[in-house]
Amino acid sequence: MSAALRPYRRPAPVLTAFWWGRVGALLDKEWAGYFTTPLAYVFLTLFLLVAGVLTFFMGNFLERGQADLLPFFNFHPWLYLVFIPALSMRLIAEERKSGTLELLLTLPIGAVQAILAKFLACWLFCGLALLLTVPLWITVNYLGSPDNGLILASYLASWLCAAGFVAIGLFASALSRNQVTAFVVGVVLSFALLVGGTPLMTQLFAPWAGVFVVEAIAGLSMLTHFDTLTKGLITLKAAGYFVVLVVVFLCMAAETLKAEKNA
Amino acid sequence: MTDALLVQHLSKRFGTRQAVDNVSFALNIGDVLGFLGPNGAGKSTTMRMLTGFLPPDNGTIAVFGQDLQKSTQAVQTLIGYVPEGAPLYGDMTVYEFLQFICAARGVLKSRRALALYDAAEKTALHEVLDQRIETLSKGYKRRAALASALVHNPPLLILDEPTDGLDPNQKHTMRALIKALSAEKAILISTHILEEVDAVCTRALILAEGRVRYLGTAAGLRTAADVPQPARLEDVFRSLTQIQPPMQQRSAA
Ligand SMILES: Nc1ncnc2c1ncn2[C@@H]1O[C@H](COP(=O)(O)OP(=O)(O)OP(=O)(O)O)[C@@H](O)[C@H]1O
Ligand SMILES: [Mg+2]
Repeated sequence: MSAALRPYRRPAPVLTAFWWGRVGALLDKEWAGYFTTPLAYVFLTLFLLVAGVLTFFMGNFLERGQADLLPFFNFHPWLYLVFIPALSMRLIAEERKSGTLELLLTLPIGAVQAILAKFLACWLFCGLALLLTVPLWITVNYLGSPDNGLILASYLASWLCAAGFVAIGLFASALSRNQVTAFVVGVVLSFALLVGGTPLMTQLFAPWAGVFVVEAIAGLSMLTHFDTLTKGLITLKAAGYFVVLVVVFLCMAAETLKAEKNA
Repeated sequence: MTDALLVQHLSKRFGTRQAVDNVSFALNIGDVLGFLGPNGAGKSTTMRMLTGFLPPDNGTIAVFGQDLQKSTQAVQTLIGYVPEGAPLYGDMTVYEFLQFICAARGVLKSRRALALYDAAEKTALHEVLDQRIETLSKGYKRRAALASALVHNPPLLILDEPTDGLDPNQKHTMRALIKALSAEKAILISTHILEEVDAVCTRALILAEGRVRYLGTAAGLRTAADVPQPARLEDVFRSLTQIQPPMQQRSAA
């Protein structure tokens, strides 16, 4: 049979096997997913409101007479403690409950890719929330002359800290099929890592635990590392701490997804 | 010729329950293999292993000669899969959903529109492309799920109860579609509707308690069991899948 006689066949779709392309595809979907429901707008508004209220009323922002944003940033870890687990609780638990996890993981998307995409989308969303607080930064510049370099560093530190919370929340979500459980586990885990090494907690251990133990526990606290960063000391150690924290929890989340298949 | 799908000695255990027990079969382009068996027989579990969602305890799965365990993602690109109940992302529109599937499947950007409309055309989804999936009727949801399994034009299609819960017209449409697709694909469907064996399948596999009770042509199924001929499929099915009560117990009673 000559080629000319063959019936016309549509060309098969050409597939690419690009690892990051698949992460990007899921990232796109997840990011868009935040804005298909009013939830994201409620969340952003609430975040701005609470951040503003805490800063102005509890942080004595105006009375301090200092044109900086330190009280604002000091509240961030505590805000994240509630807001981020709420944001991340549905990421995997919901997919597991509705059965779409099976759909997702039978696409050529591996557990690591799925976790990475969901983490990035959530972290970017936190970045957006932070970005929306920039008017506050402009205000302090209007009121006085703050150290803008320090403020920028603090913003970066805060975003880095948020990454830690997102990774923990994602891991909590990977553990459960119930969003409420994921939220509670996320808050508890975050809280433990947040205050674990503060003097308040280390005093509990000090009487009976050795110096090494106390120092090791202190070294695990998010709060101490966050404080270091917001003081403008971008130390490799403090930044590295958050990077390691994120990597560890994302790996644990990915392993949980893989292990789930073995259930 | 390498088989489109070659399954050898597949087993899976959940706790003390042997869900799939030493299942082997092969499937070729042009075949529609009907997966039958009572509830809990292990049909969905087998399909989950074939699509790389569950790892098997034992056995091998090869798709066009490629081992699933070794190159999971490469094999997954060759498969179109609709899980049981056709789970979908409810808050996306059909168009957004298919776009996402195209992207995730690695369909080149320049081919996405073509691939998407091709799949939508086959499944007659045009009218609802801009509708949120949540708001679709069951028939459309099922077709959206099928379209998502077709966008990358896979040579192997695995459908877990594709006609479950559909009205007679939708069932008919779905069967006609599966038949039309079968010319150039290897298809595995599970079903509880015995007439579907006659209607769409070329071959049948009956599973009970995780074990293969029958594997052969759809036509040969009628004569497979020890029941008076001409047999109704129902009787054959019951005879093949019923758990024989242990003899001692019966005689003791
Ligand atoms: N994740 C799981 N954990 C424990 N047991 C499971 C799991 N998945 C399936 N099973 C068990 O394995 C057996 C086979 O289940 P499967 O869903 O494969 O059956 P099926 O043939 O698809 O049934 P149905 O016709 O009802 O869809 C059942 O007894 C089921 O309870
Ligand atoms: Mg099933």
